Amino acid sequence: MRFDRAVVHAALGHLSLTPIRNVLRRFGIAIAFVLLMAILAVLSPPFATASNLFNIARQVSINAILAAGMTFVILTAGIDLSVGSVLAYSGAIMAGVLVSSLPLLVGIGAGLALGALLGLLNGVIITRGKVQPFIATLAMLTMARGATLVYTDGRPITGLPDAFVWLGEGDLGWIPVPVVIMGVVFLAGHLILTQTVLGRYVYAIGGNEEAARLSGVNVTVYKTLVYGISGLLAAVSAIILTARLNSAQPTAGSGYELDAIAAVVLGGTTLAGGEGSIGGTLLGAFIIGVINNGLNLLNVSAFYQQVVKGAVILLAVLLDRRLR
Amino acid sequence: MGHPAIESLGVMTTQTPPADAPLLQMQGIDKSFPGVQALHDVALQVRVGEVHALVGENGAGKSTLMRILGGVHQRDRGEILWHGRPLEIRSPLEARAHGISIIHQELNQVPGLSVAENIFLGREPRRALVWVDWTQMRLRATRLLADLGLSIDPRRRLGTLSVAEQQLVEIAKALSSEAELVIMDEPTAALTIEETQRLFGFIRDLRTRGVAIIYITHRLEEVFSIADRVTVLRDGQYVSTTAVADMTLDELIRLMVGRRLTEKFPKETVAPGEAVLEVRGLTRAGVFEDVSFVVHHGEILGIAGLIGSGKTEVAHAVFGADPIDRGEIYLDGRRVAIPSPSAAIALGIGLVTEDRKRLGLILQMSVRANITLPVIRTLAPAVFIRRRREQALVAQAIRDLHMAVTSPEQLARNLSGGTQQKAVVAKWLQTHARVLLLAEPTRGIDVGAKVEMYRLMVDLARRGVGIVMISSEMPEILGMSDRILVMHDGRITAEFPRERATQEAILASASGRPPSAV
Repeated sequence: MRFDRAVVHAALGHLSLTPIRNVLRRFGIAIAFVLLMAILAVLSPPFATASNLFNIARQVSINAILAAGMTFVILTAGIDLSVGSVLAYSGAIMAGVLVSSLPLLVGIGAGLALGALLGLLNGVIITRGKVQPFIATLAMLTMARGATLVYTDGRPITGLPDAFVWLGEGDLGWIPVPVVIMGVVFLAGHLILTQTVLGRYVYAIGGNEEAARLSGVNVTVYKTLVYGISGLLAAVSAIILTARLNSAQPTAGSGYELDAIAAVVLGGTTLAGGEGSIGGTLLGAFIIGVINNGLNLLNVSAFYQQVVKGAVILLAVLLDRRLR
Repeated sequence: MGHPAIESLGVMTTQTPPADAPLLQMQGIDKSFPGVQALHDVALQVRVGEVHALVGENGAGKSTLMRILGGVHQRDRGEILWHGRPLEIRSPLEARAHGISIIHQELNQVPGLSVAENIFLGREPRRALVWVDWTQMRLRATRLLADLGLSIDPRRRLGTLSVAEQQLVEIAKALSSEAELVIMDEPTAALTIEETQRLFGFIRDLRTRGVAIIYITHRLEEVFSIADRVTVLRDGQYVSTTAVADMTLDELIRLMVGRRLTEKFPKETVAPGEAVLEVRGLTRAGVFEDVSFVVHHGEILGIAGLIGSGKTEVAHAVFGADPIDRGEIYLDGRRVAIPSPSAAIALGIGLVTEDRKRLGLILQMSVRANITLPVIRTLAPAVFIRRRREQALVAQAIRDLHMAVTSPEQLARNLSGGTQQKAVVAKWLQTHARVLLLAEPTRGIDVGAKVEMYRLMVDLARRGVGIVMISSEMPEILGMSDRILVMHDGRITAEFPRERATQEAILASASGRPPSAV
């Protein structure tokens, strides 16, 4: 998938802007990404090597896939704070099933089903229970984390089969498996958002929920579905993280929801809903990943890295607001 | 509140005004907004301690005049005399400082704060400059409310009060700022009959204290029960000021309407077919009651009524957007259940909402996506939306409705009001609606766009669509409807065939008076 096309595609036509602003608005984040790559390539020779770039992509995949689900949620003007905990819980279930030597697909299937289920539960609580998404998913964050600790008894689950570990560490040809999974997720997400009824409804609900309802959109069903997608993709991320760590950690994924939200916002999707694209989210996730990697290569202390990362996110979003 | 006017004047000014100078005199007021002359040579004179009604149709300029008085707008020309001396009102704060207080139609209150906090919002009694003096505030609020004969605990949260009580608190607030002139903009729109009577009691009480009141209302019978004099505006111009005792409701209505309706309405009568929509005994407790009507294929049924009469709510209920407590709906003779808007759409009912920006369109989506939203499922037979078919449909709609768009991808928020309204109608053309419910179809769009909207309605009627037009605009009700229903207080109070409908009769029924009494 090409980044620029994705951005253009879903930008839904901002025709009133002047041409230069229009270009900046549509490609600004892509330009920023290219600049960032160029600067790092100059400052640190190892940065631009193929192996390092694949390494970055492999690292980015986990956050990117979480952020893909988060994009759906934020486009409906919602938020999903539970993704990190849902990731941990479904990873633990996967590992638990796999170490009891059940087939690979059963383990993965169990994890994915759990993730989707928890996501749908979020959706039902939000739509039927009329609870704010922030509160509902905050509660789920705590509950799913607790459930993970109960299930694992606070200890990592190790001894996973090689076939499973390959999903995190292996390559398909010369492309890392997680990168392939990420590519499939984003291609599917892009097609859903731009070419299907579900996608159209997601933008409509986020743009004006009441107007969408009065146009015949079953808001309850589609909003619930969107949280289900977010939960499912958290479980997909769990596959990669669990496989890469070669174990299910009870504390895996804590704080990941914030990186996912950052990637979505960096990618130009507004928290108010109704505007944005999943291609932008992919770029956002890569920018965060490249910053992490570059600062590592430049031997910047981990403490300063956090400061720099936060500042870059803030700067990007401020610029974006100026351009609108 | 005494009569500070008379006490203070002679000392302050060189040119001594006559001792009986009116409290307020507005003369030769002009005000235009881009493209509209809102007021032309308007005059208003209010005496100390009188209730002065200000009436006129929608768009007559009442609100603009009051906004000038309240410091929200600045006049282009003309003068304002306050106690006989020229006055500049540059901001709402200045208006308040001079003793002019406005009670708005939509209350400017904070429901989460207490009654006392609301009364003193922005003018809290302080201790040592920074601390709010709660005791003092509560005491003063209690005294103020007691003065009005209200037994409301000032510590209660405002949001827990009834609308009428909130209105009274707003009046208490106006009094606390020692207003000499209180402007009330449709204060009874949300009140029951008893609450209205109570409000009238307070108004009379204020009058005896020497406070003047400008009373804006659409309910003309209220003019006769509360006002001393009435000023009529029409099309932004001053018509007359008369003592209420010297006039009748008939005369007042004639003064308001003035002109005869010209051919602004491209009405063609289509021979109506079978009944397409029939509603029997529709009831939503507290909103509307026992509403029954029939619309035929090719017929335009107008529903007239004041704000709060329940007419819009009936449309929303028929469309499945609001729940109903009782009643039956028949479509082409078959009884149907409409639990949701999607059910209504599937049955061939469309709703053009009264507020296109808030309810009709998704402003950040393209014209294309908006128009096809109700039918997008049918454009995606498998998984993906058939983009070509979608574009063809949209291109057709843009041509058919002569929509002024730069491209189908233009965002809805960048369209003019008239084009936005067309986009909303275009949505329901896609669903091939049999029944179209139009709520305030021409609100806020210019005259040319209005005529186009009317043409569109005629066109749809010719194709056999049954149209229900809900409107507060008397001219379009008279000009476009084949039959007219009038609602008042949630009930249908009158029905007129096109030939026998008059503005006077409709206004009378809409204000809850039987036509015979006019």
